[in-house]
Amino acid sequence: MSPRVRTAVICALAAVAVAIPFLFGPYRVGQFTLVLVYAVAVLGLNLLVGYSGQISLGHGAFFALGAYTAALLIEKASVPHLLSVPAAGALCFAAGFLFGVPALRLHGLYLALVTLGLAIALPQLIKRFDGLTEGTQGMTVEQPAAPGWLGLEDDQFLYLLTLVVAALMFVLAWNMMRGQLGRAVKAVRDREMAAVTLGVDLAAVKTRMFAVSAGYAGVGGALYVFAIGFVAPEAFTLTVSFAFLAAIVVGGLATISGALFGALFIEFVPVYASDVNEALTGVIYGGVLIAFMWVLPGGAAGLPRRLRELAARRDRHRPEGPRGGELHEEDADRVAGAAGHAGAGAGGMRA
Amino acid sequence: MERFIQVLVDGIATGSIYAAMALALVLIFRSTGVVNFAQGEMAMFSTFVAWGLYEAGLPIGLAVLTTLALSFAAGMVIERVLIRHFEGGEVLTLVIVTLGLFILLNSLAGWIWGFGNRGFPSLFSEDAVDVGGVRLSVESLGIVAVLLGVVALLFLLFQRTKVGLAMRAAALNPHASALVGVRVGNMLMLGWGLAAALGALAGVLVAPRLFLDVNLMGAVLIYAFAAAALGGFDSAIGAVVGGWVIGVSENLAGTYVDFIGSDLKILVPLAIIFVVLLVRPSGLFGTREVARV
Amino acid sequence: MLAACGRDEDEGGADAGITEDSIKLGGSYPFSGPASAYRSIAVGARAHFDFVNANGGVDGRKIEFVTLDDAYEPPRAVQNARRLIQQEEVFALFNTLGTPNNIAIWDYVNEQEVPHVFVATGASSWGADVDAHPWTIGWQPDYVTESQVYADFLEEEKPNAKVAVLYQNDAFGEDLLNGFKEATQGTSIEIVAEESYEVTDPTVASQMSKLASSDADTFLNITTPKFSAQAIAADAKLGWDVLHILNNVGASKKLVLEPVGLENAQGIVSTSYFMDPEDPQWADDPAMTEYKDALERFEPRADPEDPFHVYGWAVANTMVEALEGMEEPTRDALMESIRNLDTEIPILLPGIEVKTSGTEDGYPIEAMQIMRFEGENWKLQDEVIQAPH
Repeated sequence: MSPRVRTAVICALAAVAVAIPFLFGPYRVGQFTLVLVYAVAVLGLNLLVGYSGQISLGHGAFFALGAYTAALLIEKASVPHLLSVPAAGALCFAAGFLFGVPALRLHGLYLALVTLGLAIALPQLIKRFDGLTEGTQGMTVEQPAAPGWLGLEDDQFLYLLTLVVAALMFVLAWNMMRGQLGRAVKAVRDREMAAVTLGVDLAAVKTRMFAVSAGYAGVGGALYVFAIGFVAPEAFTLTVSFAFLAAIVVGGLATISGALFGALFIEFVPVYASDVNEALTGVIYGGVLIAFMWVLPGGAAGLPRRLRELAARRDRHRPEGPRGGELHEEDADRVAGAAGHAGAGAGGMRA
Repeated sequence: MERFIQVLVDGIATGSIYAAMALALVLIFRSTGVVNFAQGEMAMFSTFVAWGLYEAGLPIGLAVLTTLALSFAAGMVIERVLIRHFEGGEVLTLVIVTLGLFILLNSLAGWIWGFGNRGFPSLFSEDAVDVGGVRLSVESLGIVAVLLGVVALLFLLFQRTKVGLAMRAAALNPHASALVGVRVGNMLMLGWGLAAALGALAGVLVAPRLFLDVNLMGAVLIYAFAAAALGGFDSAIGAVVGGWVIGVSENLAGTYVDFIGSDLKILVPLAIIFVVLLVRPSGLFGTREVARV
Repeated sequence: MLAACGRDEDEGGADAGITEDSIKLGGSYPFSGPASAYRSIAVGARAHFDFVNANGGVDGRKIEFVTLDDAYEPPRAVQNARRLIQQEEVFALFNTLGTPNNIAIWDYVNEQEVPHVFVATGASSWGADVDAHPWTIGWQPDYVTESQVYADFLEEEKPNAKVAVLYQNDAFGEDLLNGFKEATQGTSIEIVAEESYEVTDPTVASQMSKLASSDADTFLNITTPKFSAQAIAADAKLGWDVLHILNNVGASKKLVLEPVGLENAQGIVSTSYFMDPEDPQWADDPAMTEYKDALERFEPRADPEDPFHVYGWAVANTMVEALEGMEEPTRDALMESIRNLDTEIPILLPGIEVKTSGTEDGYPIEAMQIMRFEGENWKLQDEVIQAPH
């Protein structure tokens, strides 16, 4: 996309985003606020998985950590709402860094497992330390109220506040990936060995990405507390980590814009699925997820490329391979080749 | 002491279930290169099918055998119709597809059979036998025996038959295998079919003690994943050993170690794995990754 | 422009959700996720509302029951509450399920001055502070009442009991355990061992093993059906021959005892407050036949022996009584009616009243009856035990 077109698209998006709280009722606006919250967290995960090539099934744990940090600061330490956001982000950044150090020895599935352990451990720890966290009863947190002089309703104010923070986080991510860290990160993902020989400090890059990703989840968690006003261990189960993972793939790995689409997906599709048929919610949601991946394996951000691919295929009548659709038997070995390569002795998941 | 042995044997029995599921995970990982998130739900679904057949009047043994066959077929179909489309592409895309399958199967099972709890008949008798002065349940011993039998069969299949050889070749080097005439696509289907049947077996073995509902395999899958990782994701022996280690340690920690408490006992196997992986990053039996510069 | 109407400051007033011929109720339930077994409650409630509608409705108004899935996740419950109140404009929120979910929404719902009634959880919070949350009220005998009943029973049967407890590590389990601890304070009943488990655990075998090795002579089993079954099975396998008290939620013959094997359930003690659909003594009771016929007619795929359907039927019945007791078609009038209830619901056990009294008594049902499993069925013991707060 040429820079001019891109700027135009971004401006249009921004205009729509700002207009939302004035076009819809509080329920809808609340949904969009949550979309922004998830987008921040999803963006963090995408930085780690998509750009940096590491896998994490424990993103929900940092999200929970950020949420509880903000909740405790606001409710028990009377910290003003706005301050709790960077505080949660910073704490999670530090936690992510601490976690990243030992985790770097692990790759692929093993890293996935250990992060999974994090996601499982956190609700348990929340319950264990119930003196602090109120445990299973959960904690109600006062939501930010619109200051009178703005003339906005609470839900509108909350949305716009979240929008500002989310926009900042997106710009930050975009800058990071364009800069030195971004280049190092992509080098590590694509050709780790070569990157090392070129002087990239592997350990530093990996731990930093873990920390950054966790920091994003922490900010998301704090914004989540503003939006929902309540935290409890039930809100932070494994489902959350899996939803974030689905979101980055659905949105498009290693894309900034993909995070927004992924967040829209995980917020709205389950609701629509249960609207269609309560009894078959999961069947519909799972089905939509699979169908989406079938049609757009590169995620939503890959749509332009996919359309070009399909157009080219029609023109040339050549079997395109897995992204193009059905496989013929003679393609199967080419296909399996890539799969087998991933499986045979590599012990790692390419991400 | 008697209690310790009972706890140990019980741990090995539960661990055998984790091992069976881990084997299924490893099978698919070796052939397709992806962790099948839906493995547990496929197993649960199969267990419900077996339950349905039993309720319809079939004797349990026949119901189980029929289910194994049906699951095998279903696994092959899923690979050919759904998974094949994604192979060779981005691995995470396929992972999300299996996640979608997980969600779908869980809901579908609930819609068909309801979300309530129910019993499942055991393939073994309810008795206990005396082994050297310790009372061990026939069921526990039976589960371990079945697992060992399965491992033996798999060993025979992979090491002593042409099909097994072809499957190993296809997993190791598909290009070369295709050149010598291995139908790689079919080998993939076989892998998924076997894994599905293994999962179904694990399901019918564990359902009598865990009771059957749509969430039967949710927690088991995590332990199975842990077992496979502990053993090294590309090793079948590793999966078995991993499963036993996890089953036993979870049981022992829960029974004997007080300060951990039951609420944190799931962290014990995970901690063990973390430590093992720090020392041996490819798992106990996994092939060491050697990267060529 | 249409969208701008969504921002209208039309609070709906006290008449939102109620018209000349309809009343709209909203409910948030776990139709998916780990607690999906409880969706049967919504099904039972719906059957009752359909039944009432088929017989003319409430004062000529048909009840519309809008249900949404929250997968037992508080953020979705919060969104559902907003949607039901703002978009669906329901007259009242009815029977929302789950302690954390209800705590997540009750501030908001009370601020909106929408009835938040007959919530499906046994926490005692809903009746404890009527002033702070006047629009919220529970229904079932709460965990404090239930544990008081167990404590009373033990004091009679085994005053020096040494109790081992297995409990679910969430609001439900903790509430019951704490209620029991409070109820047994000052008595000679002693809790000698406590083990918790997670809803995500595959098995409770090791917890049972630990409990069985304590010197307890009584086992208090605070579990949900799947784990109740596992605990009873483990109990039998371990040969742990103690007095077994099973909490009400886990006491279903269909969901728990039959899977385990009735021979392992002999002598287990529990409590009940509504008729057991499998108990032959109620088979010809008009309330039971009415329930079973309606379920067959309106929810043919439902299993009448699932106790959660009966629960849903009973609470919906209470709602209808409350609606019928309204003096005017307003939310205030509904709360007035609910805060001054004095009725008997047919499918509840004889002797169980549904009674409230303004701010003095915010607990509709405060009685249960002990039952003991003998032979093939639960046998109700003695009289209904009143355990008011």
